[in-house]
Amino acid sequence: MDWQYMMTFLEFEKPIAELEGKIRELRSFSPGSGKGEVDITAEVSQLEGKLSKLLKDTYADLSPKQKMQVARHPERPHFSDIANHLFEDFVPLAGDRAFGEDEAIIGGMARFRGEACVVMGHEKGSDTQSRIKHNFGMARPEGYRKAIRLMEMADRFGLPILTMVDTPGAYPGVGAEERGQAEAIARSTDTCLNLRVPLVCTIVGEGGSGGAVAIAAGNKVLMMEHAIYSVISPEGCASILWRTNEKAEEAANALKITAQDLMKLKVIDGIVEEPLGGAHRDPERAMNMLGDQIEQSLREMAGMGPDKLRELRREKFLAIGEIGL
Amino acid sequence: MSWLTNYVKPKLQKVLKSKDTPDNLWHKCKSCGQMIFHKEFVANLYVCAHCETHDRMPPAERFSSLFDNDNYDLLDMPKVKQDPLKFRDSKKYPDRLKIARNTTGDEDAIKAAVGKIGGQECVVAVQNFFFMGGSMGMAVGEGIIAAARHAHKMNLPFVMFTASGGARMQEGILSLMQMPRTTVALQMLRDAGLPYIVVLTDPTSGGVSASYAMLGDIQIAEPGAMIAFSGPRVIEQTIREKLPEGFQRSEYLYDHGMVDMVTHRHDLKDRLASVLSLSMAGAYRRKAAV
Repeated sequence: MDWQYMMTFLEFEKPIAELEGKIRELRSFSPGSGKGEVDITAEVSQLEGKLSKLLKDTYADLSPKQKMQVARHPERPHFSDIANHLFEDFVPLAGDRAFGEDEAIIGGMARFRGEACVVMGHEKGSDTQSRIKHNFGMARPEGYRKAIRLMEMADRFGLPILTMVDTPGAYPGVGAEERGQAEAIARSTDTCLNLRVPLVCTIVGEGGSGGAVAIAAGNKVLMMEHAIYSVISPEGCASILWRTNEKAEEAANALKITAQDLMKLKVIDGIVEEPLGGAHRDPERAMNMLGDQIEQSLREMAGMGPDKLRELRREKFLAIGEIGL
Repeated sequence: MSWLTNYVKPKLQKVLKSKDTPDNLWHKCKSCGQMIFHKEFVANLYVCAHCETHDRMPPAERFSSLFDNDNYDLLDMPKVKQDPLKFRDSKKYPDRLKIARNTTGDEDAIKAAVGKIGGQECVVAVQNFFFMGGSMGMAVGEGIIAAARHAHKMNLPFVMFTASGGARMQEGILSLMQMPRTTVALQMLRDAGLPYIVVLTDPTSGGVSASYAMLGDIQIAEPGAMIAFSGPRVIEQTIREKLPEGFQRSEYLYDHGMVDMVTHRHDLKDRLASVLSLSMAGAYRRKAAV
């Protein structure tokens, strides 16, 4: 089946979907199929031009709420895609050595463009079965304790660490609370800030609150162009401050959750551009662009000693809010 | 509300409102409902004399209850950029701040002081739940960093009293960033071998519990305090079940190995004195050995 048939279209993408449908329809009148032959190539290319302009216009000016939808798009590249595409020799490592294995956070050793590293990230899953398996990317304490274990190991081995953040937030459940969700997140953030190896963190989709920060306190914090990063989900914020979920759009505007806003606030260090129409339209290219920027970030830290790496990371966080507001 | 309150301008209301009896002559215990003479309630450190419920306590009273001879110096809390996001929900954020400042008389939800507890000099920071739910924004983050820095500079232990619903939404991502920022300040103390002691009070949740509130060398909780990452309402909505009795209370955390002790407020000063003196003994010995 054509991938476009399977694609999930967001509400604001309707005109785009219609245009794409029209192009597909025209193409199905393949030339040479009979007598009433007309030359459709000209029309197709005209429509394609229109489509690309429409995509460009739509995506150049997404509202925070629309970004939220793009960031949560089911066909956006997820951690498993990134691990497969950008890394070689990926050896997944499991378990927190205390309670269990949490597949909301996946991690292990791998080679990134030739260089050995530790890579980890939230995995949301891509169909019902895998979403349940990965708990929709909502980690429990075990997930964060596994992250701590892997980060500390990388620190001892002198391996750089790359994290991919994509979570609605840490899991709010009885078991998670019982086993110390708050402590696990606090300790994981603590570990990030204590590392003496390079740590590059990318918000690839959703950066949901403390559950995101726990693996995002890096030397370089990048965000993909249409990713979001927030202290609370706009829905949650709306239900508390406006006392209704329906005000999620206002909340999304007020909270300043887009990569562009966070760059202005000097909270992140860089934006990874996405292909026209968002990463879900060309995941492979999106991942390559992500890889390039991660490589660039690592290169900027090459030759920095362990103490320097830790010191610069800590100073960077202390400076947030003190400059640039 | 009478027709008067609806009709008369707010400023006039203040004049009209002057009553013979102050609002706070009596305190009604939120747990057992008993009426307590307010002065006695304060003298009893905001603990109900009938059921021992520990009510929330403002910073000034907290300092008085801890420091030897009620003798302490307040630390200056750093000024931060106001309303960096120009946040507005049903109210403007600056208006919410103004109300909180008027009711508490404080600049923001944190105060810090230096003084002696049982003879051991220390820095104590206290979050004020009465200021916008003790929420952690840039001012609280900066306050904690300043207090930790002072402890570091003076070679003193740092005691942190937490009371907060979590991050201050009105400061968006900048409030979230206080989680790593305060952590960096605590690492400074840890690297210097200085004790960091946390006293968890009611309530401590969200981004506060998931950062400096859970990173203490020694964790003390006041009885019955709600301590959680996700609040009970959020969990109930997720799992659609009633939560067990005592869930996310201090005693529950003690049973699950998350705190060292649950200490009655009346015993807190003595406990802190022991903990501070014992934990600083090594630092002094080390210093003398050099």
